Formats: sequence, structure tokens, C-alpha cells
Amino acid sequence: MTTTEHMSNEETSSPGTGDVVLEVRDLSVTFPSDDGPLPAVREVSYVLRRGEALGIVGESGSGKSVTSMAIMGLLPKNARVEGSAKVLGQEVVGLDDAEISKVRGNRIAMIFQDPLTSLNPVYTVGYQIAEAVLAHHKVGKKAAMARALELLELVDIPNPAQRLKQYPHELSGGMRQRVVIAIAMANEPDVIIADEPTTALDVTVQAQVLEALESARKETGAALVLITHDLGVVAGHVDRVGVMYGGRLVETGPVEEVFYRPRMPYALGLLGSLPRLDEDRNERLTPILGTPPSLLTLPGGCAFAPRCPMARDLCHEQEPSLLATAENGERVRVPVEDTGAHTAACHFSEELEGAQPTDLFRGTAVGAETTDTGGTADTGGTAESVAESEERAEQAERALARADGSGDTADGSGREAILTVRDLVKHFPIRSKGLLKRRIGEVQAVSGISLDLYEHETLALVGESGCGKSTTARLMLQLIRQTSGEVEYRGQPLHSMSQRQLRPLRRDLQLVFQDPFASLDPRMTVSDIVAEPLRIHGRRNGEAKKRVRELLELVGLNVEHGSRYPHEFSGGQRQRIGVARALALNPKVLILDEPVSALDVSIQAGVINLLEDLQDDLGLSYLFVSHDLSVVKHIADRVAVMYLGKIVETGTTEELFRAPAHPYTQALISAIPLPDPVKERTRERIVVTGDVPSPADPPSGCRFRTRCPKFADELSESERVKCVEEPPELVDRGTGHPDACHYSRAVELI
Amino acid sequence: MSEKKAPVAPRSADAESVGGAERTQFQMIVSRFLRHRAAMISLAVLVVIVLFTFVGPLLWRWDHTVHLEVPPSVPPNPDHPLGTTTAGHDVLGQLMRGTQQTLKVAFTVSVLGTVIGSLWGATAGYYGGRVDGLMMRVVDVFLIVPLLVMVAAIAGNVRGGTTWYAVALIISFFAWAQIARVVRGVVLSLREQEYVEAARASGASPGWIIVRHLLPNAAGPIIVAATLLIAVAILLEAGMSFLQFGIQPPDISLGQMISDARTAVSTRPWLFYPPGLMLLAICLTINFIGDGLRDALDPRQSMVRR
Repeated sequence: MTTTEHMSNEETSSPGTGDVVLEVRDLSVTFPSDDGPLPAVREVSYVLRRGEALGIVGESGSGKSVTSMAIMGLLPKNARVEGSAKVLGQEVVGLDDAEISKVRGNRIAMIFQDPLTSLNPVYTVGYQIAEAVLAHHKVGKKAAMARALELLELVDIPNPAQRLKQYPHELSGGMRQRVVIAIAMANEPDVIIADEPTTALDVTVQAQVLEALESARKETGAALVLITHDLGVVAGHVDRVGVMYGGRLVETGPVEEVFYRPRMPYALGLLGSLPRLDEDRNERLTPILGTPPSLLTLPGGCAFAPRCPMARDLCHEQEPSLLATAENGERVRVPVEDTGAHTAACHFSEELEGAQPTDLFRGTAVGAETTDTGGTADTGGTAESVAESEERAEQAERALARADGSGDTADGSGREAILTVRDLVKHFPIRSKGLLKRRIGEVQAVSGISLDLYEHETLALVGESGCGKSTTARLMLQLIRQTSGEVEYRGQPLHSMSQRQLRPLRRDLQLVFQDPFASLDPRMTVSDIVAEPLRIHGRRNGEAKKRVRELLELVGLNVEHGSRYPHEFSGGQRQRIGVARALALNPKVLILDEPVSALDVSIQAGVINLLEDLQDDLGLSYLFVSHDLSVVKHIADRVAVMYLGKIVETGTTEELFRAPAHPYTQALISAIPLPDPVKERTRERIVVTGDVPSPADPPSGCRFRTRCPKFADELSESERVKCVEEPPELVDRGTGHPDACHYSRAVELI
Repeated sequence: MSEKKAPVAPRSADAESVGGAERTQFQMIVSRFLRHRAAMISLAVLVVIVLFTFVGPLLWRWDHTVHLEVPPSVPPNPDHPLGTTTAGHDVLGQLMRGTQQTLKVAFTVSVLGTVIGSLWGATAGYYGGRVDGLMMRVVDVFLIVPLLVMVAAIAGNVRGGTTWYAVALIISFFAWAQIARVVRGVVLSLREQEYVEAARASGASPGWIIVRHLLPNAAGPIIVAATLLIAVAILLEAGMSFLQFGIQPPDISLGQMISDARTAVSTRPWLFYPPGLMLLAICLTINFIGDGLRDALDPRQSMVRR
């Protein structure tokens, strides 16, 4: 059945287009808005050949999703779409709903980001896949169900027959996304558009889902458009890549070409602003200055010119077109069909030959941390107050002191722990519905964690979602109370203090949140937000105002912006506001709960640099909670890896990344996609299967054993008994740092 | 210094340039309200109505009581622009006094009910758990008991129960529960926001969080509920008057005028339409003003709207 359909599709494709399955030419999308037309996509052209994988990379607002929505005909009615998009030679732009429905799902299918909302909760998985089959084929219900079963096997879902009868909420995120892929594959489409298909998933699950997508694609021979912001995912899974910025494609080419020899400063900057797992920590990130342009007020020339370090007059006047650079350095036009060509929209792309991100963006790495406001650099020096210069002097002293003792800082031994946690346990009760609310179980979010945070160090707490890392962070601040265990700050037992007693201590312990949109009160001005901790602790108004100005300057924001509201700022700037608020009371410890994971890559680097600078200047201790190992490797001194409420391995960053001993750490490290096509495709991988079990009912013995590759493949039956019966202690098993695996063995992965 | 408008959000930059950056929050709210056309017109209309009802009686020669000089049942004429009733009231005099009493009742109820209800609901929502359960059961009691019956029972048995402030207090006593429920629902989701946690992490007390974060962010629904409450109060008062428990003759309210004229809609329309239209005008203007207030208080909304 599958092959015949394939054939028929090929026959229908018009002659002349060859093996091109998707051809987009000069596609533009404009949305009307209160403030005038909003050009979300401008003159995007590309072709996709049969079986090929094309990656579209860009930051939020670059138009990458809108482009694909336009191809699928899923844009709202008020959007104006110009240009052409041909699927197997058939024009799809301008088709009415009934006509495009014949193409959608049949020849071109889409996979959305959030598997939770793209499946209907009231129908079984099997029904929903069968529905997709029935939409385009006149077959019986039985045949459709049989096909659904086939599709679930195709995407590697265990026990497919059983899954057919389950509802979406009974499946984990990774399983749901596989079901979505199965639905997309239902009619053997020629093109699949995957819009951030794994962004909502954990890294270990992301690896599995991408694997499933890959194998399903091989089976059906479908071409793929993979839209993502993650350069690592692109590097490992596509043949060609297109970089979007300000609604335009600014660079296209084979993936190796673009990653190793970028010809557009933006692509180069993106690569430079990425913290890398395969590089040393001491290298400073090179963020791109400024923020992505507002599409309403696009600059006249090149959209990237305002942020580009090599921008010249020509760049501000004339928009460069997408051209290839010939042997002699001349920029020449190549037909869109030439998929091997490497094109870039930059007037001076020939100058980028052999350039490194640091060459071009050096200024941003070293100098002013005033990055994304642009206008602050010149006001920065003038308003330096006495208090501040005193502070500076103090910092210098501290820095000196640190330099003296830097020899023995590696593992923090010999220093006084500033914040200690002993055997911390937090269980959230699960209560029955109804009037009685009986306790019917408990979620073991944190099960016996001990940590030491030393002065002036960064301790990273790493793990997948649901492993209890955020709960631990909040327990350390006593924002929620522990079930049992101890939290001590400089010898003071926080766990036994009342909220009133804690209040003065809160000055020393502050929190920075993940979501810069939710963590700032939308109804308060920036000044009020930053001043709030000061007011709570009874500072006088004048004093608070002065401090706010200092703080805004410190985090690289324009002091004049204090009277604005949070919604007027970009994500990176908001995160800086959040940092300024946390610093208001001169804390000693900052707990950073995924501080950069909600930010775009180019912005993220700026915030990471800021955090590093602040630590050096103010002598802060950081507890850095994150799921992103590349960021952790860059910023942390020591790392603790968490899995299902327990620490499975801890050590200095150096030790942990050089020789991870616990299978989970190994799996985490090998699941992080590297933004390097060759390394990403050839590296050794330790793959885990399945999803994180529910913390309400964790496995006995070692909690990782249900997913452990070692447990599944290497251990003998008698060795496994120990894993099942005996929870492993967190001790050094000869690898130089503690891990919690009975059979740990250090492995070199990078 | 305000010349330097950094390229943060161009949309807001031009809105800001009108008054410079150093404006207080209050000034910004006022300027946003002034830009809301429907609200401004409504505010003007309401001011006219208030002047009409409070200053009017001082200038007009007939008050709301029966006068022998007033001819009964006369359609509008130069002497009596809105006509007269069968008993010999001047309808214009009645309308002034009636609107005045109604407005006093409505505003008192709205202010009292909103303040009590918001604080009650926000407290219940913020603490959650047992406190929430207990406080909301109290609210449920007030919601379950048929309002009109209780109001009528109390008003009829308390001395002075038919003066406007007594009526207002009695209605407020029951009307706050609705607001409390609305506010509690909003606060339940607001308290999970990270900025609330951030305030807690800085050591803010529950009172601080409720007043500084939760109530301002619940302002939209609160204002909507408060404007609705005005309409509800007017109708309740009318209902009470109709059942002879509200404001009693010789005093008069809009509700009473309407109920008196309900049989005369076609025969003597001058009795019915003036109070009816006045009621409509009050409710409409207050709704628009509420809209304007809500937008003015929300820094995000009014930036887009012009």
C-alpha cells in the first residue's frame, strides 16, 4: 500500500520540477496591525528536494513559523500572503479552505511544538490517528485502525496495540509527540514541516523523538523542514540550513558550510554566543549587541545592521540580497534550485572568510555589559557615585584575596560553606477529590538531598523537568517548607525559623526566576519593581531611588528607563531587571532558577556574561538551577546532577564533564546536541529509553534503573538484584568524585 | 536627558515622548484615561446628571412632594416640562430627587461592596487551604440566601430602615459576596505568578503582597464587577421600593417612579420614560467609565489602543 501511493504521487508531480517537492518563491506575509502593516516574512525562497531535510533557524520573531504556517494555509484570514509556494508543483498560496485541505495532511503535514495541545484530550490515540487516515482515504474503520497500529510501530512506541486505546493524558510528553509524528506520517506525506518539535521536551526525550522522526522519515521518504531555535538540533539532523532574521532568509547552504564557514555576521554571532559543551569554560561568550528588530520599524538597509559590528554606511542604506560568493570574492546570484550553493545576505560576506566569532564580536565579550540597551554606554561613566566607587575598591580587595587563595579552590574544600543543606526531603501530598480530601499518596519531589554552597562559587543543580531541582531551590530559600531535613545559612538554622524570623535573612538570599515575563509585576514600573525589596525592608524613599539608579546601571540598563513598564522591554532586558531586583539588598547568595532558558541564544550570552561579571564584582555565591548542560559547563564551578529527587552525581565541572561516572550523567551529556555537524553526527552516544517515572511512585532501589542502559544491557541478573533492592549511596567509587551508582565507571564523552 | 529614547520598544517610545519620562504613575494613568473617548464622554454625561440631581432641586420651584398648585395628570407643558402625576407631583422635581437617592444608594453599595469583597476575596485566595475554605463558605451563605427576601425582612423591621443610607448599607451587606468570589478566583491564579514569589523571597508580608501585587493586578475584573454592582444596586433598590421596603413615600427613588408608572407606559408615557431613560443613562455611563478605568490602570492595554 505504501509503495503504490508513493508512486502515484511521483506521477502526479508535474514534469520540469524534477524531484523538488516543495518550492517557495518570494513568499511574503504581512499582518495588518494597529500600528501599520507588519511584515512578518519577506521574500523567502527555497526549494526542498525529495527526502531532503532543511533546517530553518532563527530567534523568536524571525518569521520562521509564519513562513510554514503560510505554506500550510493556516494563517488567520487577515494575513496578506504574497508570492508562491508549490507542493509537488501545485500552487498552495491562495487556495480556499476546501482545496487546501486536500493537500494538507496528504502531501504536506505539520508537527507542532506542544504535543499537549495538538492532541484532543477526549479521543483515544488510535481514534485520532485513524481520523487522519480517514481524512484522505476511503477505507473502513478497521483498516484505518490497522494502519494506526502500523504507524505507532513506525515511531517506536512500545506496546502499540495497547497505546491505541489510551487517551493522550495517559502518555508522557515524548510519547505524545511520537503520536503527533505518527499522525503526520499517516498519509505518507512528501513534506513534513516540524515546528520546534522537541522544544517542549527534555533533552533525553528530545534525542529519542528526533530519532523516531528520523527513522519514520527514512521509511516513508518524506522531506523535512525542521524549524528550530536550537543550532545543535539542526547540526545533527538536517542536510541544509537556512538562517532567518527579521523576516528574511539571511543565509542558506549545506549545514557544514554554514556552521564552519558562516558568511553572514549574524550566523557567526549566533555560533559565538552559544555556550558549548565541547569547549573550555574560561572562554567568554560573545553575545550579539542589541535586540532583534521590531518588524514594524525595520531599519532601511540590512535588518541586522544596527547590531552588526562590521556594519558600514552601505549596510544602513541598501538591503543586501541573498547571493553566493564566487571564487574570486565576487557576490553572484545563484538559482534557488541550486541546493548545494552557500548564499548569504551580506554586502561584505567575502570578508568573513575564516573569521571566528571572537574576531568580529570581540568588543561584546570583553567590554561594556551595557549590551542590549545600546544607549547606555555613554551615560555609564558619568553618574558614578561615591558609594559605588567605594564598593569597587572593596571588590578589588576581594579579588586580590581571591587570587591569593585560588590554588585550593577547585573543589571548595578548605572554605566555609555559606549555605548548607542536609538530608532535605519534601513530599507533596496527593489528596483525594471531594469533601474529605484524604491523603491518598505523595509526590516525592525531593528525597534526601545534601548540598554545600561555598562562598563565591557557582554550584549548578542539573536535571530534567520534574527531578525536583526547582523545589530544592525554593526549599533552600524556605519559600516552601521541607518535610524533613536541615537548611543552614552561616550556621543559622533556616528550617526552624518562623517567616518573621526569616525576614531579615531574606536580604542575604535572593532568587532570580526563569520566566522574565511572569516574574515582573506588569502593573509596576521598573523603578518600583527594583525598589520593592528596599521598601519592604523599610528603606527611605530617597535612598531607595538612588540605589535603583545604581542597580539599573550595574545590570546594564538605561537609568532613564526606570519609569517604564516591564512589557516595554525585551526578554533579555527583563531578565536584567530581575537580576537588579535580586541584587537590591546586597545579597550574599543568589539562587538562579533557569535564568537563561527562556531567552533567545544571542540574548542569553549577554545575561550569562552579566552574571559572571556580577559574581566577580560583588563576590556572590550562585546556586544555578538548570537543565542545560552546555550553560552549566560554561558558568559552574561545581555540578550536582539530580534525578527523581536524588543527587546521582556531584563533582567539579571539570571532573564531571571529563569523566562522568553515573549512567544518567553520561546520558544527559550525550543527549545535548552539539552545534557542530561533524562532531554531532560522529560522537559516541549513551542513549536512555523511556521517560522519567512518576515521582509519586519512584522505582525501588536505584531510581534510575528503569531507564538505565547499563542495567538493561551490561549487568548480569545477579548484579541487577542489587540495583533493584539497594538504593545506591552517594560516595566516591574510585572516580575521584561521588556518584550514586553501584556499578559506576567513568567514561570519556567529549 | 529625556531626548535619548533608546530603541527598546518603539511603540511606547512615541507615546512617552508626549510628557517626557519623569511622569508619575498617577499622571500616566490620568493621561491614558483622558485618551479613552467613550469614557470621557460618559464622565461628562455623569457629571451633568450629578449636577442635575444635586444642584437642580435648589433651582427648580417644585420639589418631589405633592403640591396643591400642581394640576394632576398633565402632559409635559412649559410649567411642568415633564408633566405631572395623578396625585399632583411635578415629574421633573420627582426625577431630580429620585435620581439623587438612587445614585447615593448605588455608589455607596458599589464602594462598600467592592472594598469589603475585594479584601475578603483576596485574603481567601492568597492564603488558600483551610482559610480559603472557611472564608468562602461564609461567602456561600451570603450568596445562597435570597437577597431580596433578606433585604426586605431586615429593612422592614429596623427603625429608619427606609432611609437611603440604611437601604444602601443593607444592600452592601449582601452584595459584597459576589465581588469576593470573583476576586478570589482571580487571585488564585495570580498568587502562582512568579512576581508574587519574588516579593515573598524579598521578605514581603502577606498584607503587602495582597495590597501591592494581587489587588492591582485584579483591577480589571474588580472594576467590571464594581460597575455591574452599581446596576445591581439600582435594580435591587427599585425592587425593594416596589415591595414597599425600600425608600418610601413621600421620599422617592428612580425604582419607585418606574414601578409607580408601570401601568401607564402607553397612557401617560411622561411618567415612565424620564426615570427609565435616566436609569439607562446612569448604567451605560458607569459601564463606559469602568472600561476606561480598567484600560487606564493596565499599562499593557492602553499602549496599543489609541
